[in-house]
Amino acid sequence: MPRLSYRKALTRALADEMGRDESVFLLGEDIRVAASNVTAGLLKRFGPDRVRDTPLSEQAFTSFATGAALAGLRPVVEFQIPSLLFLVFEQIVNHAHKFPLMTGGQAEVPVTYLVPGSGSRTGWAGQHSDHPYSLFAHVGVTTVVPATPADAYGLLVSAIRHVDPVVVFAPAGAMDVRADVDFAALAPVPIGRGRVHRAGDDVTVVAVGHLVHDALAVAEALADQVSVEVFDPRTLHPFDWDGLTASVARTGRLVVVDDSNRSCGIAGEIIATVVERVRLLAPPRRVTRPDGAVLPFAPALDRAVQPGREQLTAAIQLTMKDE
Amino acid sequence: MTRDDPVRLYRTVRLIRRFEERAVDLVRAGAIVGGIHPYLGQEGIAAGVCAALRDDDLVTGTHRGHGHVLAKGADPARMLAELLGRETGLNRGRGGSMHAADLAVGVLGANAIVGAAGAILTGAVWARRRRGDDLVGATFFGDGAVNEGMLLEAFNLAALWRVPVLFVCENNGYATTMPVEGAVAGTIPGRAEAFGMPAAVVDGQDPEAVRDATAAAVARMRAGGGPELIEARTYRFDAHHTFEHAVRLDYRAPQEVAAGRSRDPVDIQGARLSGADRAAVDAEVEATLDAALEFALASPEPDPAGALEHLYASGLVARTGGG
Repeated sequence: MPRLSYRKALTRALADEMGRDESVFLLGEDIRVAASNVTAGLLKRFGPDRVRDTPLSEQAFTSFATGAALAGLRPVVEFQIPSLLFLVFEQIVNHAHKFPLMTGGQAEVPVTYLVPGSGSRTGWAGQHSDHPYSLFAHVGVTTVVPATPADAYGLLVSAIRHVDPVVVFAPAGAMDVRADVDFAALAPVPIGRGRVHRAGDDVTVVAVGHLVHDALAVAEALADQVSVEVFDPRTLHPFDWDGLTASVARTGRLVVVDDSNRSCGIAGEIIATVVERVRLLAPPRRVTRPDGAVLPFAPALDRAVQPGREQLTAAIQLTMKDE
Repeated sequence: MTRDDPVRLYRTVRLIRRFEERAVDLVRAGAIVGGIHPYLGQEGIAAGVCAALRDDDLVTGTHRGHGHVLAKGADPARMLAELLGRETGLNRGRGGSMHAADLAVGVLGANAIVGAAGAILTGAVWARRRRGDDLVGATFFGDGAVNEGMLLEAFNLAALWRVPVLFVCENNGYATTMPVEGAVAGTIPGRAEAFGMPAAVVDGQDPEAVRDATAAAVARMRAGGGPELIEARTYRFDAHHTFEHAVRLDYRAPQEVAAGRSRDPVDIQGARLSGADRAAVDAEVEATLDAALEFALASPEPDPAGALEHLYASGLVARTGGG
């Protein structure tokens, strides 16, 4: 089977949707020359009217996309640095997200915000390394974080077809992941449905984005001691609570690994919801960035702040010891 | 009678005036909760600009937005029902005074975030023109908004991409209580000229002067010109917000208010009509607003069970906050 990289899966999704639907167009900084590589080849195929380079005016072009969506188009806005989302939080949350309700159902805002290279890219320091997906889930913006090439393709396609605003976080840690993929089998992945990557009986590990690959590696390494089920929510809002509940109801134990900050992060919400629904055999645990983390520059410091395999291993072992 | 007939222009100004006076009364009576930002004194701008627009042209406005929505042709009865939070309101009671929108008449929404609506309108007009429509847009904002970066970014995008948007600055001299001299370095037309955008200053108290300036700008824009700016000099007769009376803000000298009120757009336009015509319009406006009030007060309040309706255009049902 041919190999497909996560990055090329995103490109393929954009190309397929632009080819399928005239109303889809791309907007962003340096997308003409594909500075992120994700929009490579699209200018040549679709022309400058549908692959529009913008000035450095994040707030204006994000709201420009809102207006274009109100007028019937389906914009995809690329942000090459996740921290730019802080700059346009206002435009996404206060306008795009609120328009349908505030207008009493008159308006639809089908914009996709694509953030390739979200999270730490190592060495990009304080203002380029955030992973703010929990913020968007908190305010209720549809938020997806694919882990694999097939899911990156399928969730980006679904995001573009979705009638509400969607933020697609493509973690830097996943961008170079490659997988054997049957191209003919690439298909939309429904928003709001999780995926069990590995079945297990003793503990459910919920892993977000690129951490799915770490969780799978840890599960494999611990295979002779503990049977780990790896659950990938794929969408953080709306979350597949039923899918996760079914998993934890079988295993009775829960560990969450999440590359966002601990306080008010998605890991806390996952644990809270599961304990509302399931009687656990042991206290749940979470592995996250520290409270209010800012990633330091030096590689050793950067890694020290990110959730890692050692911490996840320790959390699983602790959970297994607790009764 | 054509759309820019003096009688029709007077009717619009008078309708907005009496709508606002009645709305202020309803706030004082406790029937409208949350209060309003009265447009009293500024009616000539909305009336004059919209008289020079076509029905299919698009408009966005501000928190002081009733006049824009009414001038563009929204039903006063449904507008009043919206202010009263009724199910029959333009926004089904979900938006209220600051978010009144009527997409059917090209009003993409009043916007409560100062300076936010210009970029949204730019995107909407660009999208519609890409589909072959020759429509234009007009966005209203106050003098305070010219210090908001997002609006200046929108100036740049509109000028760069030659999007026919008329930026209408309603300079009433104050951003809430901050005088324009204390807030705006340079000049308001200078902001536009910096982006290569034609700019004019017009007497906002004279509806016909506003209409004529708008008509000239719209003709150029529709013929393929880029965006333009009009600074309409006006005066806010009443408070920034109806709440202001309760807190007794003191920032305008009584002599200044008296001088401002002496140039009343209702009287300026009314003087262009015969006494009989003016009396007939006044009577017709009262009858319209009597019927509007009757309709609005007789309309049902929304069912609390529907508080989350339209939160997602996709029909996603959010989890409730209780239990």
